[in-house]
Amino acid sequence: MGLSHAAIVGAHPQVELVAVCDTSSLVLNAFKKFSQIRTYSDYTKMLDGENLNFVIVATPTRFHYPIVKYALEKGIHTFCEKPFSLKVQEGNELVEIARQKKLVNQVGYHNHFIGTFRELKRLLQNGILGELTHFSGEAYGPVVTREKGATWRSKPEEGGGCLYDYASHVLNLIQEIVGRPTQLNGLLLKNFYSNGVEDAVYALLTLEGGTSGVLSVNWSDETYRKMSTSVTVHGKRGKIICDATELKIYLKEPSLQERLDKGWTIKYITDLAIPVDYYLRGEEYSAQIDYFIDCIVNNNPSQHNTFEQGLYTDKIIEMFIDNAKNNIAHG
Amino acid sequence: MDKVLFGDNQFFAVNHSSDEKSRAQAIQFKDDAAIIRVLDQAIDTGINTFMCTTHDRIANICNHMRANPARYADFNIFPCMPYAHKYANAVTELGIAGTIKQYVPGNVFSTFAKGGVAFLNKDFIKLMKLLIDAEMKMFNGINTPVVFIQNVLVDMILGLKMYDVFQEYDAYIRKKYNAEPGYITMNMPALLDALNGIGIENPIICSSINKIGFRMSGGIELYEKYLNEKQFRPIAMQVLAAGALRPKEAIEYLGRFPQIESVLFGASSKSHIQETKDLIEGYLKQGKTDEPVVVR
Repeated sequence: MGLSHAAIVGAHPQVELVAVCDTSSLVLNAFKKFSQIRTYSDYTKMLDGENLNFVIVATPTRFHYPIVKYALEKGIHTFCEKPFSLKVQEGNELVEIARQKKLVNQVGYHNHFIGTFRELKRLLQNGILGELTHFSGEAYGPVVTREKGATWRSKPEEGGGCLYDYASHVLNLIQEIVGRPTQLNGLLLKNFYSNGVEDAVYALLTLEGGTSGVLSVNWSDETYRKMSTSVTVHGKRGKIICDATELKIYLKEPSLQERLDKGWTIKYITDLAIPVDYYLRGEEYSAQIDYFIDCIVNNNPSQHNTFEQGLYTDKIIEMFIDNAKNNIAHG
Repeated sequence: MDKVLFGDNQFFAVNHSSDEKSRAQAIQFKDDAAIIRVLDQAIDTGINTFMCTTHDRIANICNHMRANPARYADFNIFPCMPYAHKYANAVTELGIAGTIKQYVPGNVFSTFAKGGVAFLNKDFIKLMKLLIDAEMKMFNGINTPVVFIQNVLVDMILGLKMYDVFQEYDAYIRKKYNAEPGYITMNMPALLDALNGIGIENPIICSSINKIGFRMSGGIELYEKYLNEKQFRPIAMQVLAAGALRPKEAIEYLGRFPQIESVLFGASSKSHIQETKDLIEGYLKQGKTDEPVVVR
């Protein structure tokens, strides 16, 4: 389970958090001692025994498929953490079940609930930069900064590694904001400290529509205090640099429609953040769950971060992995 | 509490408005001497309280203070624990039991003489006390009249509705450290209701309070209602809303709420420190200043 997810759901005024499931007895005992929430160590017992409207699946990635499938088949709306699935075939199956059963489904790509990235998407959809010429998607942070013992994050078959972790966020952002990658033109998976998985992903990508650009992601960069994600987009009419705190817009000519000057304009998260009633570690984490709950309450299919969108990112990742295997095979 | 509390975000590259500014700060405060220099400038303007996280580097600052008692004898530190990134990174890498092993001094599993982890499983409060003691160790011999829990933890306990943990924390800080417990939160109205609900009255609560409602969860109207109508000891932080407000209009806004006891701010230069301090003292005239300060 995710403690943060549980806290966000617990604080939501329209929801009653009734049960949690985890394999850690330490965590479950804390719930038993300090709350009325029922605890389980077997998810099938929880999903069979409780009468649930929705479930949030925040487990190591390899457990997503069996748990999400079990929940969907019982008709439970499901929010699943990212990355969605480790095998595209399994992800396809989940997308199909959710569609057939008309269940609200969402994947935890929380960057889409950060106001700056939302604004970038809106500006690009309105064609502010004209024809796009280049993009770069970047993420840096201090996850693995020295050689150390193995956890599930260091096992590729369990969804460990910088590609599944940091890079999936950036790929998903590029996919939803700039365009869906369709072609991989070059790839470097580098390991600096980890055994068995990559610590950095560098790639050249072409998107549907032909725009090309660069992916540069490194989770072994301790000059960053925490994960820092940014997207830069170049067009014939200007350029935008966007991260979680600000949007730096450069236009060659002013835009009357957007009330943007020629030259640089900076937009800040303070004006763009999505308001939330409960905050833990960032508005985006609450905002994504608020949205998921709204979709259930109002009986609306979700538009943001659907299983299908999450699955497309899994497909890109699979393309990366196949490419890396072929490179090894061909020496 | 003093009206003016000097914060430490700038020393540790915590900047809510820009990654570039954050990098510039990391460069400026690479050496502990640079932190001490700015802290001394703050003291020279008359600031007497430093509110800081239990970051590893604060231990070095504390060593400096203990080594120079003449300069820092009357100076207060308000510790804020835990330094969340330290634990979050550790939990990801080592798991919960591994993290406890790493951060509790000595062998925690032998501290619980019988049963090790199994015993730990049943005695979270004992574990909490051990972790508080571990975090407080660096402040030995320094005045710490108020001890805070960081918002990440406060807000998580709040969301999980495990309010008894607040009660245990509150009692322990008073008893063991002869200090006032304080709470940092991004959800002030909900936290105050929760604390009042378990019998904690008039708590010290540090939360974002600014004219544009930035990081004021539940909305600015609710915050203003609580500031005007409820009984508690508010500390305002993020008063400049990550740089969106000019200092004068930001502090002027705080002046509308006489109940605000203190303002927390950070700055990296003497002129900024002086300017902000003068504004706070100018606009928070009605603030209470007669609270007894407990020195351990």
